[in-house]
Amino acid sequence: MAGLLQPLFDAISLGSIYALGALGIALIFGVMRLINFAHGHYIAFCVFALLIPSTEVVTGMLLGALPSWLIVLSVLGVGALLSIASEVVVFRRLRNANPAVLMIASFALGIVIQNVLLVSYSSRPKSVSLWPELSLPVEFFGASIPLLQVLTVLVTVVLLLGLVFFLKRTRFGLEMRAAAENFTMARMLGVRANRIILLAFGISGALAGAIALVLVSQTGTADIRMGLPIMLIAFVATVIGGMGSLQGAVFAGFLLGAISVTLQLLLPLDIRPFRDAFLYLAVIACLIWRPEGLFRAGPSSERV
Amino acid sequence: MNPPRLIADRIAVSFAGLRALSDVSLELVSGAVHGLIGPNGAGKTTLVNILTGFQAPTAGNYRLDGERLNGLPPHKVRRGGIARTFQGGRLFKDLTVLENLEVAGLGLGLDRGAAEVLAEEVLEWIGIADLADELAGSLPYTDERRVGIGRALVGRPAFILMDEPAAGMSVHEAEALGRLILRIAEERHCGVLVIEHNIGLVLDICSHITVLDSGEIIEAGDPETIRRSEAVRHAYMGTQADIVSDAAVL
Repeated sequence: MAGLLQPLFDAISLGSIYALGALGIALIFGVMRLINFAHGHYIAFCVFALLIPSTEVVTGMLLGALPSWLIVLSVLGVGALLSIASEVVVFRRLRNANPAVLMIASFALGIVIQNVLLVSYSSRPKSVSLWPELSLPVEFFGASIPLLQVLTVLVTVVLLLGLVFFLKRTRFGLEMRAAAENFTMARMLGVRANRIILLAFGISGALAGAIALVLVSQTGTADIRMGLPIMLIAFVATVIGGMGSLQGAVFAGFLLGAISVTLQLLLPLDIRPFRDAFLYLAVIACLIWRPEGLFRAGPSSERV
Repeated sequence: MNPPRLIADRIAVSFAGLRALSDVSLELVSGAVHGLIGPNGAGKTTLVNILTGFQAPTAGNYRLDGERLNGLPPHKVRRGGIARTFQGGRLFKDLTVLENLEVAGLGLGLDRGAAEVLAEEVLEWIGIADLADELAGSLPYTDERRVGIGRALVGRPAFILMDEPAAGMSVHEAEALGRLILRIAEERHCGVLVIEHNIGLVLDICSHITVLDSGEIIEAGDPETIRRSEAVRHAYMGTQADIVSDAAVL
């Protein structure tokens, strides 16, 4: 029992990060059919906002010097603001462009953000000591789980529940779900498109901030490339969840986390470095089985 | 006080030189059901698109109580009191029936609570309150249509334009729909425009009928006039088989 508890927590906490990332991407895709490849760079930006800009190896804390609760709020805020700014400065001007143009614009935006970080902090990873006490283990049914993992899972659950409440019970949430499914129709019914899109960007950016906090306290480093692997997996999760389906994205995020950890556990030692190859093989199989995603009705069920 | 009137005045549309509508005029009065029939491609949906702000006319104008509606976007037209339904319902499939109606209320500027009250009232009035919590995507065809009509009724519009509400329905279902449409006109004092291929239904429920063919009005009048019209018979005979069978009731 205790032996299984550790990998279970590994799977859920890794899945949490993927799920939050996938949700951030799916929200934006839902309301404006944009796959925002800059999302991973939002995560890195949020991490670096903790530090004072410096190209030296060691630098002091900026937001990271605040009290803990203010660190959380300000990092979520930085993510939300960066995301909203990218909508106002870049994506809004491309509102009527086709999805390929939007996607390329998001790549370009990502490169701009990355280079801003490069100039301000250099490309050398920096060590960040944020909440070191979180790596202490807690006893949990005989297994010792790092406190951070427990917190990651809790924070994810709270964020997901909060988001479910927002989407189900508030007016903006309902408008956002309607807009995510059929943007044109929602707009024709009088839903204010710009407001809903801004809100989606804000939430998406705040989710990137949450991932940043989890990542930096897990790894203890700040690296300008640190958001990219997460972004990639999160993007894959939104695809296999069914583009635009929020619950699909979350489910697929956790699923990918579980598959990763299972592979890590079961693969023979000398094949283990190729874990991700097996992960993506599973993804390919999944896409062949259900090309429209796990949570989308297939084309066959659509009425003509 | 005079009942509200929705007037289309010599509407014309051309796409790349092709005339889809020319000089089409009609007048809807609140409380009356107006039929719009004609073979496929006659321009019926185009006319509804124009009257609801989805498409701009090349010439002509349309007014609600003397106020010009030209150039208003769809949601402003909707707020002005002209609602529409779409071919095939076009509901938000991932939302519940109640939420589908609530979105229409939110679009009219209501808060969530008020939108919910209004949505419940409409579902109750139509008689489908028991569907409120169903996902719209799981509904059978006929219920989907009635929810689509319900969404258009939220906020008590003065006019409602329906695009082929009976398509795919059985005779029995179409009769029930006909009764609902008459109730909308009589009890909610709505002016209704019905586009339909089911000519029997149109002849039964409409007090006035306009017949379009190739973008022009070829006949207009009460059901008796349409039934006797040579021009209408001629227009329908010249088209494909399913329309000819529609025309058998003429």
